[in-house]
Amino acid sequence: MTISKLVFIELWKRKSQLITGLLAITLGIAVIVAIQSVSVVSEQNVARNLDNLGANILVLPQGASIDDYYTSDIDAPTLPMDYVERILNSTIAGVDNMSPKLTRRVKVGDQSVVLTGILPKSEIASKPLWQTSGLTGAQLTTACAPNKTANISHGLEDEKLKRKAIDTLYSDDCLAGSQVANRLKLRVNGRINIMGKEFKVVKILPETGTVDDDRVFANLKDVQKLLKIENQVSAIEIMGCCNAISEGLLSQLRNILPDTRVTTIGQIVSTQIETNHLMKKVTLVMLIIIFFVGGISIGNYIWANVNERKREIGMLRMMGADRSAIYKMFLLKALILGVAGGILGYLSGTLAGVVLGPYLAGIIVKPVFIYLLWSVLFSVAIALAGSLFPTYLAARFDPHTNLQED
Amino acid sequence: MMLQGENILKQYHHKGGVINALDHVSFTVEKGDFVTVTGPSGSGKSTLLLSIFGLIRLSSGTIVFDGRRIDNINDRQLTAIRKISVGYILQGFALIPYLTTIQNVMIPLALEKVPGKEQVKRASEILDYVGLADRMEHLPGELSAGQQQRVAIARSIVHRPKIIMADEPTGNLDPSLSLEILDFLKKINQENNITIMMVTHSPVAAEYGTRKLHLNDGRIIKS
Ligand SMILES: Nc1ncnc2c1ncn2[C@@H]1O[C@H](COP(=O)(O)OP(=O)(O)OP(=O)(O)O)[C@@H](O)[C@H]1O
Ligand SMILES: [Mg+2]
Repeated sequence: MTISKLVFIELWKRKSQLITGLLAITLGIAVIVAIQSVSVVSEQNVARNLDNLGANILVLPQGASIDDYYTSDIDAPTLPMDYVERILNSTIAGVDNMSPKLTRRVKVGDQSVVLTGILPKSEIASKPLWQTSGLTGAQLTTACAPNKTANISHGLEDEKLKRKAIDTLYSDDCLAGSQVANRLKLRVNGRINIMGKEFKVVKILPETGTVDDDRVFANLKDVQKLLKIENQVSAIEIMGCCNAISEGLLSQLRNILPDTRVTTIGQIVSTQIETNHLMKKVTLVMLIIIFFVGGISIGNYIWANVNERKREIGMLRMMGADRSAIYKMFLLKALILGVAGGILGYLSGTLAGVVLGPYLAGIIVKPVFIYLLWSVLFSVAIALAGSLFPTYLAARFDPHTNLQED
Repeated sequence: MMLQGENILKQYHHKGGVINALDHVSFTVEKGDFVTVTGPSGSGKSTLLLSIFGLIRLSSGTIVFDGRRIDNINDRQLTAIRKISVGYILQGFALIPYLTTIQNVMIPLALEKVPGKEQVKRASEILDYVGLADRMEHLPGELSAGQQQRVAIARSIVHRPKIIMADEPTGNLDPSLSLEILDFLKKINQENNITIMMVTHSPVAAEYGTRKLHLNDGRIIKS
């Protein structure tokens, strides 16, 4: 027997109380961990997705966000395909290439996939690697519509180049992203039935780690017909010349394309970063709230526990336990609660992020292990802070008043 | 002389005025004594028993234990004396409800930081001594009243105290169980030469005393 062992036995024998004591702290930490894991990935992810886009200007329907574009819900807004003609026929200089796309989330069997209609030639042409790394504006200058050779000379022999090297994408043919292929067990030259139409899988694309892995690419015309959204597209990806962008290409495009949102990827990325900053502030406020709510809830639990065990405290003091033993009893208990709350909060928050991330943010969330350390430290700090006062009172109890039978 | 109290005063302040729970009480206890403290309800018996080793702090008076003044030492020092030299038995058994019999008995050893193995050895020996060798893994709630009080006795002697302070140890037991417990205390007193100070209501229990204190209204009227 030791005081520590006594603490463990008491905790174990009163497990159900333990759970209520832990609830607030665990939930609080879970929420923060979930938000953090999602926002940390979303930043990287937007960057990666846009990188993969290969374009530097995106024309989206008014009111659509980049997220809408990626999640491709059934009611996502569209814009007229004529806009492609309109840009071509305009006098605007500096548009090197365009790729209209129509994307929609559809069901294949019981699986959900994103069907993307592309125009093969233009798709390839507007898909050069326009940067060396990262997504900051500065690097846009490194590649203003560079050709394939230029890319390779930059040492960018990227899968994306190989993948986009498709001259034709006939009607009834499709390309499958690696994840889709996996999930639906697709093979090259195999068949896939999408909304009643048979497509032949002509290629399985290599894994890129982006939403593209979850997509099936087919000819734009087919997709428009299939989805009954003829002459509409979800977005037009434009490869604009960098000089032209800085000389006002965006506002020129806005003038001729009403009801659209014309942005550079740089803007999109910075919007995302702003969102993440906002999330960080929200998280900070939540941290403070959770500190108090969690601390008070644990303190309340410990105080109830102290009162329930008044007689026991009296007995221990009678037998020669000094005040420090009483401190040890309750602070060790709080410490254990803190560690448990931190671990449970981390696990449930991470789980929530991993499970909900794809649905809520269209993002694949991975566990961030360092958050376990922070969760436990934070939770322990809350638990100890909340328990300090009740424990102080317990240690100061008059031993004899608590010895009498009640 | 093992224990001596002189002019012990314990006052409780009330709205209605001051109550002298102990009113200039003096007494002496020799090593090996079996002291009984009797008196009507409210006469100050428990107050006396609990104040000697500081569970209740006195208003004034001196207490000497083993040649050392203990009425004016601090809480930490008093706690240490209780831990090493005193064993308490109360009317309401006072066992820790979620610990097994043997774990309850090991508590005083745990407080003295006796190594685990030795704790088990000594606690088992004592439980054997009080006839509960087959109840070591029971929880207090699974024991009869007499058995619970024997666990409490085992706990009060496991750390080999110099003195046992018992406040109506048979108060919750029926007469035959009471005799069993009293005989047991007598055995401990005689076999191990442990001094016992026992508060009791019962005239039968009082007969066990080799030295008798009778309190009335906070004053010793017979000793
Ligand atoms: N905490 C307290 N506050 C005020 N008065 C108290 C307190 N504790 C005890 N007293 C008073 O002190 C007196 C002595 O109490 P004590 O408990 O010592 O009596 P007792 O002889 O043990 O009685 P009993 O046989 O009923 O146990 C009583 O009059 C009681 O009301
Ligand atoms: Mg009493």
